[in-house]
Amino acid sequence: MHQTKAFNYSVPYYAWLLLFVIAPVILLLFESFMDVHGNFTLNNYQTYFSSGTYIRMTFNSVFFAFMVTVITLAISYPMALIMSRLKHAQFWLMLVILPTWVNLLLKAYAFIGLFAKQGTLNEFLTFVGIGPQQIMFTDGAFMAVAAYVQIPFMIMPIFNSLVEIDQSLVNAARDLGASSAQTLRKVIIPLSMNGVRTGVQAVFIPTLSLFMITRLIGGNRVITLGTAIEEHFLVTQNWGMGSTIGIILIIAMAITMYLTRDRKQGGK
Amino acid sequence: MKKLINLTLGISLAVALLLGFSWGMNRLENHQVKSDNAPNQKETLTIYNWGDYIDPAILKSFQKETGYRVNYETFDSNEAMYTKIKQGGTHYDVAIPSEYMVEKMRQDNLLMPLDHDKLSGLQHYNPAFLNEPFDPNNKYSVPYFWGTLGIVYNDKYVKPGSITSWNDLWQAQYRKQIMLIDSARDIMGMTLASSGQSVNTKNEAELAAAQGKLSSLMPNVKAIVADEIKTYMAQDEAALAVDYSGDAAEMMQQNKHLHYVVPEDGGNLWFDNMVIPKTVQNKKAAYAFINYMSRPEVAAQNAEYVGYATPNQDAMKLLPKSITQDKAWYPDQAVLDRLETYQNLGPDWTQRYNDYFLEFKMTNQ
Repeated sequence: MHQTKAFNYSVPYYAWLLLFVIAPVILLLFESFMDVHGNFTLNNYQTYFSSGTYIRMTFNSVFFAFMVTVITLAISYPMALIMSRLKHAQFWLMLVILPTWVNLLLKAYAFIGLFAKQGTLNEFLTFVGIGPQQIMFTDGAFMAVAAYVQIPFMIMPIFNSLVEIDQSLVNAARDLGASSAQTLRKVIIPLSMNGVRTGVQAVFIPTLSLFMITRLIGGNRVITLGTAIEEHFLVTQNWGMGSTIGIILIIAMAITMYLTRDRKQGGK
Repeated sequence: MKKLINLTLGISLAVALLLGFSWGMNRLENHQVKSDNAPNQKETLTIYNWGDYIDPAILKSFQKETGYRVNYETFDSNEAMYTKIKQGGTHYDVAIPSEYMVEKMRQDNLLMPLDHDKLSGLQHYNPAFLNEPFDPNNKYSVPYFWGTLGIVYNDKYVKPGSITSWNDLWQAQYRKQIMLIDSARDIMGMTLASSGQSVNTKNEAELAAAQGKLSSLMPNVKAIVADEIKTYMAQDEAALAVDYSGDAAEMMQQNKHLHYVVPEDGGNLWFDNMVIPKTVQNKKAAYAFINYMSRPEVAAQNAEYVGYATPNQDAMKLLPKSITQDKAWYPDQAVLDRLETYQNLGPDWTQRYNDYFLEFKMTNQ
């Protein structure tokens, strides 16, 4: 009885997996071996690995995704730590999550208003005497906006893992004479590594293929693999090449997941 | 748990209310059209057009006069429209693709040939805009609007009259001052035109040379953007932009310092055209619409609303002189003669153009 029930409930889940995960990936793999005329070919992969353009693009994507992850982590960890100790922690967490309810495009457009030549930020810089700067279409602007967009996805898992830490462990560390810096380094950080790993995955992987922000804020001066995929599917209609890049991104994601996996320690 | 159920019920109720409301509104609208008591009151006409590309008042008066109920849908790229029509399952009676897409759809048998006996307005059109290479004898299409690719400049930063050729963009004084539209065909095309070559070239050496020349423009390029280019230019973000005449018209309405120039060394002349796709359900209504849009007074009203140039020469006579004598929108014949329409290059060459453009985007400054 119990068995059949479990089976029934899992049907939608497997159907979902089959329809929206496995089937698309197989289609993508299939398409990646097709040229523009629909013939079987290995050329797409050959083009990818022999062309300087795509290799540099891959390097760009990984570099920017890495930078954005580092920036978000540097901001999110202290923030999550402080939030987890505040009285109304759930309320503060809510404030962090709130911006994710707003559409990504709207947020990007808001940043145009802030960063533009006559935007708020430049008005402020002029006011304090520095004078207007070129902010839009720079690598810095792109990383700032990408980090802003991704921060909630970093804070949430870190916050959750920090809240789950048994407070008595922290108290014990202090009782046994550890300074607060030592407690942080030896107790809190190791115990919250799970959250950090999840956060890094949740930020690094989507950032690899961000494309709207590269155009809106980066003015296409920042080119990532996402830009190339968009172009291949929408403009040149070369689905084969677009799929090839997609497959390479999936492999990159798998590698990221593997590197940041939860390593089980022996004997425990 | 109870809270959750209440919430779900609340949302469902709100959705049901809204659905009912929109159904009621629809019925009301239908009723209004029907009450005109036209002969074909149940027939609908489905139009597939670019966003914000028709005066809504024209649709209303068309419904009133003919009794057809208009179902109006919009797209934002030729490719998106092509995919939707090709996949079928849609019921578009009239679509408005650009010229190279007319050629492609024609080759893929997605268009119905037009019966010229049923077209009543062709004589109003300027013969210079008929019988174009993408559709000889207008067998499949009737021009809707036309325009050019050109340079928009801001007179706060650029001396009026100093921009006459595409090559002016390469001047060192415009460092980091230029915005380009994110379109491989247009940017490669303007570079080819700047060297006096055809925008439809299938010559590998010419293309490679164009890519080299384009890369040397990179120090002057501030950004390569799509529709946002209008907002940026209106906000004085850059001094110059390479963009279509229609976009230029929109920017200039918002910023009086902007001006549009069609470079004298040639470039692209584009057309958007009314066609009857294979998905047609109501041919009679489709012809009625095309004929209605061909009427000089309707075409003039539409041109004034949309701000693009009309191919309808009788409509031009009805437009204010300030519009029709503006060289930016209606260039001299000498300039027009040097402009080319895009031809469908086929997948391989389209790919070459895009590869070169992608390479250009990757150029380090």
